[in-house]
Amino acid sequence: MLTFMASDSEEEVCDERTSLMSAESPTPRSCQDGRQGLEDGESAAQWRSQESEEDHEEEDPDRYVCSGVPGRPPGLEEELTLKYGAKHVIMLFVPVTLCMIVVVATIKSVRFYTEKNGQLIYTPFSEDTPSVGQRLLNSVLNTLIMISVIVTMTIFLVVLYKYRCYKFIHGWLIMSSLMLLFLFTYIYLGEVLKTYNVAMDYPTLFLTVWNFGAVGMVCIHWKGPLVLQQAYLIMISALMALVFIKYLPEWSAWVILGAISVYDLVAVLCPKGPLRMLVETAQERNEPIFPALIYSSAMVWTVGMAKLDPSSQGALQLPYDPEMEEDSYDSFGEPSYPDVFEPPLPGYPGEELEEEEERGVKLGLGDFIFYSVLVGKAAATGSGDWNTTLACFVAILIGLCLTLLLLAVFKKALPALPISITFGLIFYFSTDNLVRPFMDTLASHQLYI
Amino acid sequence: MTLCAVESQLASGETARPGQAFFWLVSLLFSSLIWFTTATLIGNKDEPREKYLLIFGVLISVLIQEMFRFAYYKLLKKASEGLKTINPYEKAPSMRLLAYVSGLGFGIMSGVFSFVNTLSDSLGPGTVGIHGDPPQFFLYSAFMTLVITLLHVFWGIVFFDGCEKKKWYTLLVVLLSHLLVSALTLISPHYGLNLVLAYIIMVLMGVWAFFVSGGSCRSLKLCLLCQDKDFLLFNQRAR
Repeated sequence: MLTFMASDSEEEVCDERTSLMSAESPTPRSCQDGRQGLEDGESAAQWRSQESEEDHEEEDPDRYVCSGVPGRPPGLEEELTLKYGAKHVIMLFVPVTLCMIVVVATIKSVRFYTEKNGQLIYTPFSEDTPSVGQRLLNSVLNTLIMISVIVTMTIFLVVLYKYRCYKFIHGWLIMSSLMLLFLFTYIYLGEVLKTYNVAMDYPTLFLTVWNFGAVGMVCIHWKGPLVLQQAYLIMISALMALVFIKYLPEWSAWVILGAISVYDLVAVLCPKGPLRMLVETAQERNEPIFPALIYSSAMVWTVGMAKLDPSSQGALQLPYDPEMEEDSYDSFGEPSYPDVFEPPLPGYPGEELEEEEERGVKLGLGDFIFYSVLVGKAAATGSGDWNTTLACFVAILIGLCLTLLLLAVFKKALPALPISITFGLIFYFSTDNLVRPFMDTLASHQLYI
Repeated sequence: MTLCAVESQLASGETARPGQAFFWLVSLLFSSLIWFTTATLIGNKDEPREKYLLIFGVLISVLIQEMFRFAYYKLLKKASEGLKTINPYEKAPSMRLLAYVSGLGFGIMSGVFSFVNTLSDSLGPGTVGIHGDPPQFFLYSAFMTLVITLLHVFWGIVFFDGCEKKKWYTLLVVLLSHLLVSALTLISPHYGLNLVLAYIIMVLMGVWAFFVSGGSCRSLKLCLLCQDKDFLLFNQRAR
């Protein structure tokens, strides 16, 4: 990442990035600057303060370089790997938490998203059946249909990517983000205004939605301050998750969550899995995977970069699923490249290696969406109980921690969904059925444990 | 390598708090599982039996919580040792810091679980105590939650210190005081007595934790009079 910061013109740096980052100039102190350059605004401040303390401890300028670079002592590599783990965990906690907070707050206050108003065409079987067996069967069938749609979409995307139909893909992404940013925002805003009984006239509404959507399109697909881009990505993930929570019937939602994690595991780890192929193709071509659709906590600009090296893809890259971004209704794609991976270290020689730095972490938007769906569903159907929601929230965060840890150890694409969703599901069902009666009984007798 | 990575993440203070919160959650899960299975096995639901069952549940829960605190201590210890073997020059987070953070994690999780449902109910319509129950229900819950959270923090510090210095009686004292505080809540209609005793226990534990983490009367005085060189205000005044 530092590589292209250094090579590129300073003015672009000043325009696009946060002021904190643009203030950094690529001085010969490569490691320090790079480290600062690559992190987002908040952590850059931390690095600044730590810099003075760390000055005397660093003899090795490559200390924070991505591990695996040839020529580095193995102990150093391990240490770097471990350093990555803890820091990146925190950098991802915040956006995931924010997304979940938005979803839970909306679910708890706006009735619209918990009312049943029909289902998506991907889940045609209704769950209003008299018998439990029939309901279970219907939800399994719904899941099969949904997963097959997802698989088809992913394979379609991989095929398009392989045959370099970039225009088609970009057009698709733009259409879907248009829909999310304008249509869903309009609906969301309408429902929120209805809930709080606030009147808004159409011209104001038009102006608000237009500004929001236009700035979002620019930030996500072109250039904009990192923080704003992150905020927009969080918002569109939340909107998408809300749509799922509204339109997926109950049992189908849980079965789909389980099935998606299994699919994710398979798609990312199997040698012929579509996500893995996508990631590998992107790495071979040295291109970042649709940067507009991955949440990254550090700069991922590729503007002006004549030749991208894989190091610019980020140390811990969690590719997402671009299709997720695609609209929910017609081209629902695969939930996520909930992949987490580190690109193979650059075989690029020389000075560029020296400047590699700790990059930010990237997590696919599909992961955000499914985490929020789980927590939102827990909030919507957990008998109005906050304990269940909190338990799912903690479980997902711990799963994310563990996944990042595994990422730091294995250094390749890893699915981010399975561990978190498994923990989340276990905790949802056990908290709802076991812990809730216990805590309720305790609370009614006013006992504290 | 994997184990070292696990350990280092835990050893870094940042992830210790959600880690401990997770452990508390798991301990709660186990204790409710035990309570639930016992309740199902015993069967009939007459009032005194339910109350005894609940008391049993509370005791088991306290025991399991302390067990999980110990388990977390062991995990953190292994993590710091692993980190030290990988890199002997790096300053690992001190055990005291980890003790504080983990106690905080426990406390926050415990407090939130006890109180959040009450909070959300308090937003709705209703009159507290209309059927003859004490009207200070919400205040009592709030203060009790506060004292439990602070107690968990202090217990965490004292507990970890006892484990580090192999003073096993410390663990016993923590366990007994936790049982005492929980048992006190059983006399629930007498809010005043309950709260006062709990706060007294908290102050005692707080003082103990203060001395255990290296404070002393002298350092307290220096701090309060802003003469402590390490303390922030000292630098302010020097200007």
